[in-house]
Amino acid sequence: MGLEREEYLRLDNKARELRKLIIDTVVWAGSGHVGGALSSIDILTLLYYKYMNIDVDNPGWEDRDRFILSKGHIGVGLAPVLADKGFFSKELLETYNHTGSSLGMHLDKNKVVGLDASTGSLGHGLPLSLGLGLSARLKGQSFKTYCLMGDGECDEGSVWEAAMAISHYKLTSVIPIVDRNRCMIDGRTSDVMTLEPFADKWRSFGFEVLEVDGHDLHSLSDAIETARMASVKPAVIIANTKKGCGVEFMTDDYRYHYAGFDVDKAEECRVEIDRYHEMRING
Amino acid sequence: MGGLNYTMLDTAKLSTAELYGKTLTDLAEDHPEIVGLTADLAKSTKIGVLGEKFPERLFNLGIAEQNLFGTAAGMALNGLVPFVSTFAIFTTMRALDQVHTDICYQNLNVKMIATHAGLSFGQAGSTHHCTEDLSIMRAMANCKVIAPADGMETALAVRAAYETPGPVYIRINRGFDQKVYDNMDYGFEIGKAVELHEGTDLTIIACGSAVWSAREAANVLEQVDGIRARVLDMHTIKPLDKEAVLSAVHDTRRIITVEDHNIVGGLGSAVAEVMAESGKACAFKRLGVPDTFSIIGLHEDLMAHYGYDINGILKTARELMGADFEEDNDWDDEI
Repeated sequence: MGLEREEYLRLDNKARELRKLIIDTVVWAGSGHVGGALSSIDILTLLYYKYMNIDVDNPGWEDRDRFILSKGHIGVGLAPVLADKGFFSKELLETYNHTGSSLGMHLDKNKVVGLDASTGSLGHGLPLSLGLGLSARLKGQSFKTYCLMGDGECDEGSVWEAAMAISHYKLTSVIPIVDRNRCMIDGRTSDVMTLEPFADKWRSFGFEVLEVDGHDLHSLSDAIETARMASVKPAVIIANTKKGCGVEFMTDDYRYHYAGFDVDKAEECRVEIDRYHEMRING
Repeated sequence: MGGLNYTMLDTAKLSTAELYGKTLTDLAEDHPEIVGLTADLAKSTKIGVLGEKFPERLFNLGIAEQNLFGTAAGMALNGLVPFVSTFAIFTTMRALDQVHTDICYQNLNVKMIATHAGLSFGQAGSTHHCTEDLSIMRAMANCKVIAPADGMETALAVRAAYETPGPVYIRINRGFDQKVYDNMDYGFEIGKAVELHEGTDLTIIACGSAVWSAREAANVLEQVDGIRARVLDMHTIKPLDKEAVLSAVHDTRRIITVEDHNIVGGLGSAVAEVMAESGKACAFKRLGVPDTFSIIGLHEDLMAHYGYDINGILKTARELMGADFEEDNDWDDEI
C-alpha cells in the first residue's frame, strides 16, 4: 500500500525538520537522549502528522487520540514535535533543561501543553494506555491510544502485566509500538538482557505482531493503518530502528543513548541529516 | 449525606471493609464516573460489592499490582474516578513507583483504599502486615493520608475522598475493628481531629484501630486514676491537624501517640515534627510497633505484645504522668 509520493515527501521533510530540531534542542539543553529520539522520530512523525486526531486549539479535547511516551526519556524528541504542532512556542525549546523551565528531561503533563501523561519511569506507559482504553470503552469513546515503548523497556515486568490485560480485554484501541533499536544504556539489548524471541513473546500474549522497518515511512504507515483497523485481536508494532538514525556517527551506537554536542558537532549532525534524507527520498 | 444511612445495628453486623464496599456502591449509584479496580482481591477488600451491582465498572486485573495502579491512573486521565483496593502492603510497596509517578506526581483523582493495614492480618506475618504505609504515603506530595477509626468513619472518609479532588490514600484493617462511633453526625472532615474525650492532664493522639483503645484507656484513667486524658482521633495523618497538636501541647504538656504502625515515620513522627517545631517543651511518647518485623498472632494479641493496647496505653500514661520534665532544668543527667 504505502504512501502517495506527495504525502511521503511531506512526511519525510517533516521528519528531516524534526531531526534537526532535536539536535537544536539537545544543544540548547546541553545534552539529551538523542539516540532514542532519532530512532523514534519517524514513528512520531507519522502519528502526529498523519494519524492522530488531535486539536491544537483544544488540547484537552476529551475524544482526542492519546499518545503515551512510555520511553519517557526522549522528551527531547517529543517536545520539538509538540512545539512544531503549535501546542507551545518553539522559543520555549531554547529553555530545555534550564533551571525552572517547564521542559525537562522527562516531560511533565501538568506543565507541558499537549502532553497526555508524565512519564520517565519505564514500564509505566502501557498500563496507563490500558486505563485510557478501558475508560474510553466504558464512556463510549472511540479514540485510539498509541503507546511508544523502548525495546530495553520491555525488560520491565509491568509491560507484560499490561500486555496480558490488553489481550484479556481485547482492547484493540490501544496500539503499542516498540522502538526496537536494540540498544540500552549499558550496551546492546542482546548483551544486557535477551529479548528474543521478541515477536513470539507478544504473539504468546495474544497480539497480532506487525514487524516493520521503523524508518521506512511506507511500511510503518501500513502497520499503523493495520493496527488501527484491528477489531478482535490487539496489534503491536515492532519497529526495527537504528539508534541515532540520520546521523552516521551515532547510528546504531548505544553510546549515543545520551549525548551533548558543541556548535560544530551540531552542524555536522545537520549536514548528516540532510544527507540521510536526500538518500531516503532518492532511494 | 444521602445514601449513607447506617445505624449502629449495621456497623455491628458489617465489618469496616464491608461498610467500605457498601459506601462505594452507594456513591457509584449517584456518580457514573466512579469505577473500582482490584488485583484478585475483590472479595477480601470488599470492593467486589461494587461489581455485584455494576459489573461493567469493576475491573479485576489479576495479580498484577503495578498494572493495577497504572491502569487506574490512565482511567483518571480520562475523567473517571477510580477507587483501587488491594492490601496496604501491595499498594504502598509493590506498586509504589506507579503510586508515586502515575498517581501522585500527576496529581490524579485516584482513591487508594488499602486494606489489611497495620498488624490486622496478624497470623499472615510480615509478608502481609503493613506497618510502613503511613510513613511512605506521608512522603508522597499531593496525597492525603487517612486512617479511619472504625467502619462508620471509613464510610465518611470514603465519601470525603470522593468529594476531595486528587489522590487520597485510606488505610483500613481486615475488618474486625471495635466500634468507636455510634452515628455519622460528628462532623468528620479531612484534616480535622475529633476530640473523643476531654482532658487537660495529658493527650492521647491515636489513629485507626488504636483510637478505640485510646478512648477506653482514657475512661479507665479517669475512673481509676483520676487522670483527665484528652483523646484525639487523628484520622488524617496528612494534612495533619497541627492546631489540635499545638493545643494539646499547650493545654496538657504530655502527649502519647498510638498507631498500628511502625513508630518510625507514621502518626507519632508527624506529631513529633509539629511539636518540635513549636519550640514548646512537652513530655512525649510514641506507641506502636517498635521498629521491628512483628511476631505472628491475633491482632489484639499483637497490639498487647507491643504495648499499644489499652493496658499498654495505661502503663505509658501513668509513667508519663510521673515524669517531671517541666521542672527539670538539669540536662546533664539526660545526656
